[in-house]
Amino acid sequence: MSVIPVSYYLVLSAVLFGLGMVGVVFKRNIITIFMSIELMLNAVNLAFVAFARAHNQLDGLVFVFFVIVVAAAEAAVGLAIVIMITQNRQSLNVERANLLKF
Amino acid sequence: MLILDHLWIIMALPLLGAALNGLLGKNWPKSLINSIAIGSVSLSFLCVLELIREFAQLSADQIPWIGNYFTWITAGSFRVDFALQVDQLTIVMLLVVTFVSSLVHIYSAGYMAHEGGYYRFFSYLNLFVFFMLTLVLGANLLVMFVGWEGVGLCSYLLIGFWFLKQSAISAGKKAFITTRLGDYAFTVGILLAFWTFGSLNFQDMFKSVAQMSSETMAHAGVLTTIAILLFIGAIGKSAQIPLYVWLPDAMEGPTPVSALIHAATMVTAGVYMVARMNPVFSRAPIAMLVVATVGALTAFYAATIGLLQTDIKKVLAYSTVSQLGYMFLGLGVGAYAAGIFHLMTHAFFKGLLFLCAGSVIHAMGGEQDMRNMGGLRKQIPITYWTMFIATLAIAGIPGFAGFFSKDEILDAAGSGPHKNILLWALGLIGAGLTSFYMFRLIFLTFFGHERFDHHKVHVHESPSSMTVPLMVLAFLSIFGGWFAAPHLLGGTDYFEKFLHPVFAAYAPTAGIEQGASLAGSAGASGEIAQSGAMELIHAITGPPVIVAVLGLLLAWWLYIKKPELPAKLAESMRTPYKIIYNKYYVDEIYNALFVAPLLFISRYVLWHVIDEGLIDGIVNGSASVARATGSRLRELQSGNARSYASWVVLGAVGFAVLLLAMLGVRH
Repeated sequence: MSVIPVSYYLVLSAVLFGLGMVGVVFKRNIITIFMSIELMLNAVNLAFVAFARAHNQLDGLVFVFFVIVVAAAEAAVGLAIVIMITQNRQSLNVERANLLKF
Repeated sequence: MLILDHLWIIMALPLLGAALNGLLGKNWPKSLINSIAIGSVSLSFLCVLELIREFAQLSADQIPWIGNYFTWITAGSFRVDFALQVDQLTIVMLLVVTFVSSLVHIYSAGYMAHEGGYYRFFSYLNLFVFFMLTLVLGANLLVMFVGWEGVGLCSYLLIGFWFLKQSAISAGKKAFITTRLGDYAFTVGILLAFWTFGSLNFQDMFKSVAQMSSETMAHAGVLTTIAILLFIGAIGKSAQIPLYVWLPDAMEGPTPVSALIHAATMVTAGVYMVARMNPVFSRAPIAMLVVATVGALTAFYAATIGLLQTDIKKVLAYSTVSQLGYMFLGLGVGAYAAGIFHLMTHAFFKGLLFLCAGSVIHAMGGEQDMRNMGGLRKQIPITYWTMFIATLAIAGIPGFAGFFSKDEILDAAGSGPHKNILLWALGLIGAGLTSFYMFRLIFLTFFGHERFDHHKVHVHESPSSMTVPLMVLAFLSIFGGWFAAPHLLGGTDYFEKFLHPVFAAYAPTAGIEQGASLAGSAGASGEIAQSGAMELIHAITGPPVIVAVLGLLLAWWLYIKKPELPAKLAESMRTPYKIIYNKYYVDEIYNALFVAPLLFISRYVLWHVIDEGLIDGIVNGSASVARATGSRLRELQSGNARSYASWVVLGAVGFAVLLLAMLGVRH
C-alpha cells in the first residue's frame, strides 16, 4: 500500500493557510474574515494530523482537539461580536468598526 | 578639680540655654527667657572663675591641661579626638569671652525689650557663646574649626536678625560669604598641617615643629605655607585687608551683637588662633612679616576711613578693623602677649563703646547719624561719661587700658627683636587718627548744639540693666590695663609673665625664648640702666601719647572751636575727601572686579548657555525625540482591523524568514 508522503499534506496545509490569510487581510466582510480564520485554523489542524501520522505519535492529535475546542469558543464569542457590530453599525464592513485607536 | 575634670560644663551651659530658649521659648515670658540666657552665661563665667582657682593649683608640667572626651573621627591614620585644653592663653580668652558675654546679655535684656523675636535673639546669642568657647577651648585644630565656623554661623544669624530688612539680610550674607573665602584657605591650612605633622593636636604639632627646627630649612617652606594659609583664615574672620569689607556692613545687626561678636570676641578669633599657633608662626619669618604688614596696613587704612564716617556705629566698626590690625601687628613682630593683651583691653573698651553707641541710639529713638545728634552730654550723663572713658582708653591716653596695650605693641614694633620702623610709623600715624576720629565722635555726639528736633525725639537715659554693664566695662577700661603697669617702670609685665609659658614653651631658639615678648622690657632695662621714673616719663611722653593728644586737640579745634571749618576743609580738598568718604570705593571695586563678573558669568554663561542650552537641551531633546517617535508610531494603531492583520502577517513572515535564515546559517 502506497503511503502518501507528508509533504503533500503540508503543501495542502500551506495553501489552505495562505488562502485563509489572504482572506483575512483583503476581505472587508466580517463574516468572510471569520470564515478565513476558520480556514487557517483547519489548515494548521491538517498539518498537525499529518505530522502525528508521520511520526506515529498522539501529540499532534491532542493538539487538534484543543484547536477545535478553541475554534468553537472563538466561534461563539466571535459571532456574538459580529452581531453586536452589525446592530451598531448597520453594516458588515470591518472598516466601519475603527474607533479603537489612538 | 570639679571644673578641670569636666571642662565641657563651661561650654554646655550656654548650649543648654540656647536649646531651651530656641526650641521651647517661643511663648515664654521675656523675664523667663532672659533669666535662662543670662543665667546660663553667668554660670559659665562662675565656672571659669572656679576653673582659675583650680588652675592655679596645677604644677607647671600639668599645663596645658587636656580633657579628652571621646574619639571624634578615625579614618586610617587620621584620628581626631574631641578634646579640650586649658593653658594660660585659654584662661585669658575664657575670662574675656564669658565676662563680656555676661555683660552683653544683661545689657540686651534692656536693649531688646521692645523687639520681636526675643527668644530667638537670646537663643542665637547663647549659641554664639557656646561656639566661641568651643573655639577657645579646643585642643586641636578641628575642634577649634568647629567653633570657628559656628561663631560665623551665629554672626550671620544675628546680623540678619531683623530678617525683614533687605539691607540686614544682604549684610549677613556678605559677612558669611566673605569670611568663607578666608575659611577656604584655613581648611587647606588644616589639611596641610595634618599632612606635615601627622596630627592636629596643638601639643603634638608643636612638638614636631620644635624637632624640625634642629634640622635643615627644608621645613621652612611648608611651615610658612601653613602659617600663611591659617592667617588668611584669620584675615577673613578678623576683618583685615582685603577681606574687611563685611565688618562695617555687619553693623546692620542689633547693637549688642556688634558689641559682643563684632568687637569683643568673634573678630578676635583670628588673633587668638595666630597666638595659639605661635610655634609655627615663629618659625616662619615670612609669614610673620605678612601678619605684621597686613596688621599695620589695616590699622592705618581703616583709621583713615573712620575719619569721615557719619554713622556712629560705622565709625566704631572701622575702628574695630583698625584695632584688630594693631593686634596682628603685635603678633607679627613677635609680641604675642602684647597682641593678646590688646585683644583683652579692646574687648573691654570697644565692647563698651558699642554698648554706649547702642545706648545713644536707644536714647535718640533709633537715630544713628552723628550729624543729627549733638549736645547729648547733659541728657544722658552715664552714657556720656562711660563712653568718654572708653574713648580715652582707645585713644591711648596714659592711665587708661588701651594706652598700656597699644604702647606695648608699638614698642615691640619700634624696638623689639623683629622691629620694623615702617610698620611702626604706620601704627603710630594710625594711633593719631584713632584719637582724632574717636574724639570727633564724642564731640559730634555729646557736645555742640542739638541738631535734632526736641519735639520729635525724646532723649532719655537707658534703664539700669543697660547702664550697669556700661559702668562695669568703664571700670575695666580704666583699670584693665594696669596688669602691665610695671612695664612702664622697666619691670616685668604681670600679664606677659602670666602668658609667658604659652609663648616660650616652643620658641625657636633660646635667645628668643627669653622673650620675643619680654624683649622690649628686658632689652630696655638691660642696655640703658635708667631709673624707673625715667622709664615712666619716657613712656607717658612717647610718640604714641603725643600723637594721641595731637589727635584730641585737632578734633577739639575742628569740631568744638571752629565747627564750620570741617565743611570748608572738605570743600577745599574735594577729591581726597570724596575718596575717603566713599571708603576708597573698595565695595564698588570689589563689585566691579568680583561680583559683577560672577553675576555676568552666572547669568550669560551658566544660566543662558549651560543651563538653558545644555541641560535643558538634553532633557527637552530626549522628550521631543520620544514625542516624535510616538507620533509616527501611533499611526500604526489605525483602528483598522485589516491593517492589524497585515502587520501580524508581515511579522509572522518576517519571523519565519529569520528562522529559516538562521537554520540555513547553522547548516
